[in-house]
Order: sequence, then C-alpha cells, then structure tokens
Amino acid sequence: MVNWHRLANPTSFLKWSRRVLPWASVTTVILLAAGLYLSLFVAPPDYQQGETVRIMFVHVPSAWMALFTYAVMAGASATGLIWKSPLSHLTAKAAAPIGASFTLLALVTGALWGQPMWGTWWVWDARLTSVLILFFLYLGYIALWEAIDDYTRAAKSTAILALVGVVNIPIIKFSVDWWNTLHQPASVLRMDGPSIHPSLLVPLLVMGGAFTGYFIVVLLIRLEREILARQAQVLRRAQLRS
Amino acid sequence: MEPVSEFLHMGGYALFVWPAFAVAAVVLTVLLVWSIRDLRRERDLLESLPRRRSKAQPAEAEDDS
Repeated sequence: MVNWHRLANPTSFLKWSRRVLPWASVTTVILLAAGLYLSLFVAPPDYQQGETVRIMFVHVPSAWMALFTYAVMAGASATGLIWKSPLSHLTAKAAAPIGASFTLLALVTGALWGQPMWGTWWVWDARLTSVLILFFLYLGYIALWEAIDDYTRAAKSTAILALVGVVNIPIIKFSVDWWNTLHQPASVLRMDGPSIHPSLLVPLLVMGGAFTGYFIVVLLIRLEREILARQAQVLRRAQLRS
Repeated sequence: MEPVSEFLHMGGYALFVWPAFAVAAVVLTVLLVWSIRDLRRERDLLESLPRRRSKAQPAEAEDDS
C-alpha cells in the first residue's frame, strides 16, 4: 500500500490545518471588518476620482491576489513535479478556483471603475488583456483537471499547464511599463516606495490583508476536501483490488 | 442631504461603487459556501465507505475525525 504511506503526510497536514482554520477565519473577519470600515467611512474621496476611488479597495487587492494565487499554484505545481509530493498537486488544484474568482473580481470591478473614469468598460490594452488571459488560464487549468480521469496523468498535465502559464505573470506586472496602456502604472509595489497617500494606502493594505486571510481560509477548506477525495479514491481502488 | 442618503449617493457614483462591493461580496461568499459544501459532502462520502482491515489501518488511526 504505497499510496497510504504517501498519504500519511497529508493526514498529519489535516490535523495541523484543522487547528489553524479557526484562527485564520477569525483574523480574516476582523481584517475584513476593519478594511470595509476604512474603505467606506474613513478614506477620503480622491481629488480626481472622487468616490470611485473606493472601488480600488476591492479592485487592487483582487488583482494582487489573482497574481499571488497563480504564483502559489505554479510553485505548488513545480514542487509536485520535482518531488512527486501529492499534497503539492492538490494544493495547486485547490487554489485554482480561488485565483479564478479573484481574477474575475479584478476584471469586473475594474470595468465598474473604468466606465465613470475612462468613459469605457473595457479597452484591449496590454494590462487588461493579459489579466483576461490569466482568467482563461485558470479556467483552462480547472477544465484540464476535470478532463483527465487518471490522477497521476491529470496532476502532471495540469502542473505543466500551470508552469507554462507563468510566463503571463511578469507580462501582467510589467505591462504598464512595457506598453503604453490606458491602465495606470503601479503605485504601491514600486522600487521607490508607494506613491499614494497613507489615507488611501492604509485601507488598501488592510483589505489586502483581509483578502489574503480569505485566500488561506478557503484554500485550507478546499485542500482538505481534495485530500479526502483522494483518500476515498485510493480506498475504493484498494477495495476493488481485494 | 441626510448623512445616510449622502453616503449611499457616493458623490454621484453610487451605480459604480456599490455594484463593485456587491459583486465582490457575492463572488467571495459563493466560493466560500461552495467550498464548505464540497468538503462536507466529501467527509460524508468517506464516512460511508466500508473500511478494510489492512495496512491502511495505522494511517486511519491517526485521523482524529
């Protein structure tokens, strides 16, 4: 029973995960409450954007997390391919729908800001287009897991897809510098430090913390599900063999 | 204008600000609820599987659920 030996590691992971989950959940709720309060009541309207600046407190953390989740997914995929650790592939699989959701939010909230500020919901500039490609990468990755029945083959194929898609990440990050985009360049993650006022930066960072907490909570829930599903699969196969 | 309606008015941008927060709330809530539902289903499914007396047992015993 080689598989059970391998899954012993995920089993001890589950013990740890179930201990961490309540703490992560409470922290996320507190950060989210503080973030929403700061975003809606404390942050002043921007002198150019007016009240639409509040959309940024959802839009920017969503976009950060869209990229961060992909980095987690690609890192886990690489780990899975190199060390063949089952937990890695399942982590990548569990992360994908979270990343797709954050990317969708970045696109939709961006459109809701673009219409009043740019006068258009959408432009095919390098930033917007590369983020749309990121969304399709997530969907393709999820679809590939569904399409292949054999676990080992599915894990390998999806990991390769995730790693090929990594090329899109620097394109998204630097699209605003490399091309003449309608989308503005970075104002927080810059070499010379943030260029936005603390009254807007603080709510942004707190919301970023809340979104990170949400990511951890949902990832742990989804990962436990994937581990149990895999255990059930292995158990069923063992019963068929005996 | 009353403070509450002024707040809801969002300087004339209510039709863009509130949908942005609403869509985030809906998407993140739906994903969370679906994830919890899927986990519950998987737990129930694993419980319902007849356990074999085999080498699988030690790994099973470690699980505290």
